[in-house]
Parts: sequence; C-alpha cells; structure tokens
Amino acid sequence: MSTLDIRGLHAEVAGKEILRGVDLTVSSGEVHAVMGPNGAGKSTLSAVIMGKPGYKVTAGSVTLDGRDVLALSTWERAVAGLHLVMQYPTEVPGVQVADVLSEALASRGRDTSDMGALIAREAARINFDEDLVRRAVNVDLSGGEKKRNETMQLAVLKPKIAILDELDSGLDIDALRDCARRVEDATTEDGLGALVITHYVRLLEELKPDHVHILAKGRIVKSGGPELADVLERDGYAAFAPVEA
Amino acid sequence: MTPTPVLPSAEEEIWRYSRIGELDLSSYAVGSLRTETIGVDALQGDDRSGLVMVDDADVFARLNRESTSTPVTIVIPRGQVVGDVVEIVHHVDQSGIVAYPRLVIDAGENSEVTVVEKFVSADGIASLVCPVVEVRAAQAARVTYVAINALGRDTWKIAHQQSLGMRDSTTRLFTIALGGDYARVQTTSTLAEQGANSQQVALYFADGSQMNDFRTTQVHAAPRTHSDLLFKGAVRDDARSVYTGLIHIKENAKGSEAFQTNRNLTLSEGAWAESVPNLNIETNDVKCSHASTVGPIDEDQRFYLESRGIQPSIAERLVVLGFFNEVIDRLPSAAGVSDLRDAVSRKLLGNGAK
Repeated sequence: MSTLDIRGLHAEVAGKEILRGVDLTVSSGEVHAVMGPNGAGKSTLSAVIMGKPGYKVTAGSVTLDGRDVLALSTWERAVAGLHLVMQYPTEVPGVQVADVLSEALASRGRDTSDMGALIAREAARINFDEDLVRRAVNVDLSGGEKKRNETMQLAVLKPKIAILDELDSGLDIDALRDCARRVEDATTEDGLGALVITHYVRLLEELKPDHVHILAKGRIVKSGGPELADVLERDGYAAFAPVEA
Repeated sequence: MTPTPVLPSAEEEIWRYSRIGELDLSSYAVGSLRTETIGVDALQGDDRSGLVMVDDADVFARLNRESTSTPVTIVIPRGQVVGDVVEIVHHVDQSGIVAYPRLVIDAGENSEVTVVEKFVSADGIASLVCPVVEVRAAQAARVTYVAINALGRDTWKIAHQQSLGMRDSTTRLFTIALGGDYARVQTTSTLAEQGANSQQVALYFADGSQMNDFRTTQVHAAPRTHSDLLFKGAVRDDARSVYTGLIHIKENAKGSEAFQTNRNLTLSEGAWAESVPNLNIETNDVKCSHASTVGPIDEDQRFYLESRGIQPSIAERLVVLGFFNEVIDRLPSAAGVSDLRDAVSRKLLGNGAK
C-alpha cells in the first residue's frame, strides 16, 4: 500500500504563483481525477510533483509513503515509484525506447534479461507497434502512438503512483480506450494509484475515477465522487469558480 | 636547412578563431610517421599529387607537397569495385616532429572504393600532423573516405581534404574527430560535372582543452549537382569548436541542390562552440538550405529521461549518443567506425580521450 500525500502545496513559475495550497491524497488502487479549466494549474501540479525544472515550490509538502518527495531529484522520484505520463511526450532524437526502458529498469535494480518479452507483451496489450521500441522516442509518432508509447512504458516500469497529465489530448478514441483501460487494469492488477489530470470528462468515461477534484486558480475547490464529473459536464467550470478574497 | 616558413595569423579570415598563433613550426623537425596499410599494395599507383589540389590551399598544403615523404596513391581501375575497406593507419611515435602524409585516391569510371585513414598517437606526443587527401571520382565512380582522428591530447592536426566529382559520381568525405589537441580540417568538395553528388559528414567531440576547427566548402561547378553536408559536434569542459561552412553555387550550376547542417552541443559552462554558415549563389533555379545550432542539451529531453528514473549522467549520455546517431547511421561499416558509439560513451564517462 502506497500513498502520495500533497499538503498545502504552493508553487510558482517565473515568479508567478500558480498553485495556492493544494491538498490531495492518492493511495494504491485509487483513481483520482483532477479537473479544471485552462490555467487552473493542472500541468503545474504534475510538473511540480515530478520536479520539472523551472517550477519553484514555495510552501507545502509532497510525500510518498512518508518520504519527502520534494527533496529528491526527478530520477529518484521515479525510482521511488512516481511516474509522469506527459501531456506532450517529448521527442528524444536518436534514443530508442528500448534503451530508455533498459536504463530505467536498471536504475530500479530490476532484471532486464526478459525485457524484450515484457515489452512485447505490454505493447501487444495496448496495440502499440512493437517495432516502434527500436525507433527514437516519440520521433515521428502520431498523437495516438505517443500516448500508447507512454502507457506501455508505465506498464513496463510499474510505478506505485502515476500522474497522467491530459492523457486524452491528441488522442483518437481507439487509442484513448486502449490507454485508459491499461491504466485501469494496472490499478486492479498492480495496485497502481492514478492521479488523472484532465480538462474533459471524455477520458473519465473510459478511466473511471473513484474521486473527482476540481482545481481552479491553484486550489482544489471541490472534491467528490464520480458524480461530480457529471455535474461539471452539465454546469461547466464557471459554477466552481473560487470566491475571490 | 630551409628557412622556417611564414605562418598565417588569426587576423586572416580563414584562420579566424584558430589557434594558429600558438604554433611555432621551428620547434618541430620534419619527421615521418609509422604507417600501416591494409589493401593498399594491390591498388598502389604512381604519385599523382596535385590531381585535385592544383594550387596549394595554404602553407601547410605547400609544405606537404614539398615534403619528401612518399604519398600513398590509390588507383582504382575503371569498373572495379573494391569490396574490402582499404585501411591506412598513421602512428605518430615521437614528440617534436611535423609530418606531411599525403593520400591520393584516383577512382576510375564506375569504380567503387572505401578508404579509412586513421591518425593515432599516445597522450604526451607533442607533434604536428599535416595531412592532405585528394579524391578524384571519375564518371559514376563512388568513393568513400573516412578520416579518424585518434590522436593523443598533445598532438596537433592541420588537415586538408579535397574531392573532385565528375559526371554522376558520388564522393563522401567523413571525419571522426575525438582526438588531438588542436585539430583543424579544411574540406572542400567540388562537383565538376553534371549529376555529381557529394556528402561531407563529421562527428566531433572535444573535451578538456581540445579544439576542433572546421572549414568546409561545397562547390557546385556544373548543372544538376547535389551536395549534402552534416557536421555534428559536442564540446565539454573548456573545449572549443568552430565550424565555418560555405556553399558556393557557380553560375552554370542550374538545377543544383545544396544542403548544409551544423549542430553543436555545449555540455559545460566553460565549453564554447561557434557556427558560421555562408552562401554564395551565382545563379537562380537552385535549392539550398543551411541550418546551424549551438546550445546545451535540451532541457525537456533531459527531464523526460530523468522522469523515467534515469540518473542525469546516463540521461546525458543517451541524449548525446542520440544526437550523434544521425551521423553514425550514415557512416560505412568499417574498422574504427563500428565501435564509435562505445568510443563516444567512454569519452562521455571521462575515460578515454579518443
């Protein structure tokens, strides 16, 4: 059982405060959706959890099973069990997916001898063309292939808690279903805890959340069960605008 | 004893950024290299120096021409395809010498050959090598030349490469430069008849106080000629690199295409790279492009790999190898080329200079 605990998190980008006190707890097997309009701080939240350069935490804490995540460098956070599926997966020219996974497994102290079979299995499960693992990471891939690639990596690396930043952006419906189901399967099979960041309800029809949180202007303004997404679909984000001080 | 020749200075445009000012030629005695060859004997011809370099390109080319060392002359008869890679390895065994090796490759009509010329010395060998290579590809001939600089950290290299491509020929000039102290290569491909093709490709990686200095020229002197240049390099520690490239399309070279790409990674704060592309186009109806970049490793690429749980030093190695992959993919399979990825890896890890 693992728990990612975010407490009173404040963060700024280029001197501008984006997160203004976020509280959120994600445990193994749970799916939490964080929804919010553009500019609410959704991507900042995922970037800060993973330690992306350019983001400055000014207050609050992030812990994984009690361990201070903010004190770790990015790669240590990943090895500790956090995984970020990026909204716009970065292209890394000349670097094969297989080499990335090999190094990533090695740094976790995991055996890489059966990696080929593992990759083949996971690629097949989400209809990702296995030959693409011998190609450069995300280079010349379609939006759907990129997200399948990201999801395949998640399945191979088996993190404790995954942050999925707008998994649904740039994705056709088939790829969306394949990726969402694979993440959902991981929550039941491996006890993955998922923090699903999204703008649209569409994703949540495939990846059923246990909890829905609405992020607006850098704060969670409302939390509830899956029904909250339906309210949002009906009323839009305006109903959840935070009260200005 | 001949008088010491007058050397150029960095005031001259062609030597701008160079370390020519540090060179004292009088402190070197003309010496010879220990040269091993594979596959040369069967192809060795009479001296054809000047086949391509009609006029001395500079004082070092002149000294090379005037030197008494015997050039290696490879002559490929018309129609012959040389299946095995021809290898020439020059060892600089002592300090205090300047050596002037010359290689001439004269490829007959519709012939094919790949020649690898490697320069080797140990660290601590403070000498200077000034090689000249001339490549002539007759009609439809295909010549690949690979220069490998595996010199030690105290050896200088000032080199000239010149190719001349006749009708429908293909000339490829590759340079792999991981070694040496100051390493300058001036490479010129001239496309003399229609349909001629050339490629100039380099991979360079300097660390410590090394410096790479490249001057490239793509001369289109006939219609429908095609040239492609890809130079990719990295600098680390206090190392430096400079790339200056010219595409020259002459008036009669209509329908030609010329591409020039130079990309540089600066891996340390103290490292410095400069890229200066130039175009001189005397006609219309041509397709030309040039691109040059100098900068550190892309932050997003680094973050992506680190977010997979890869520690920074390994992430950097992957990104740099990935950066060079585009060049390595173009190289012919030959000795000294196949283990290039490992050589770059070793250098990134800081053990093994070349």
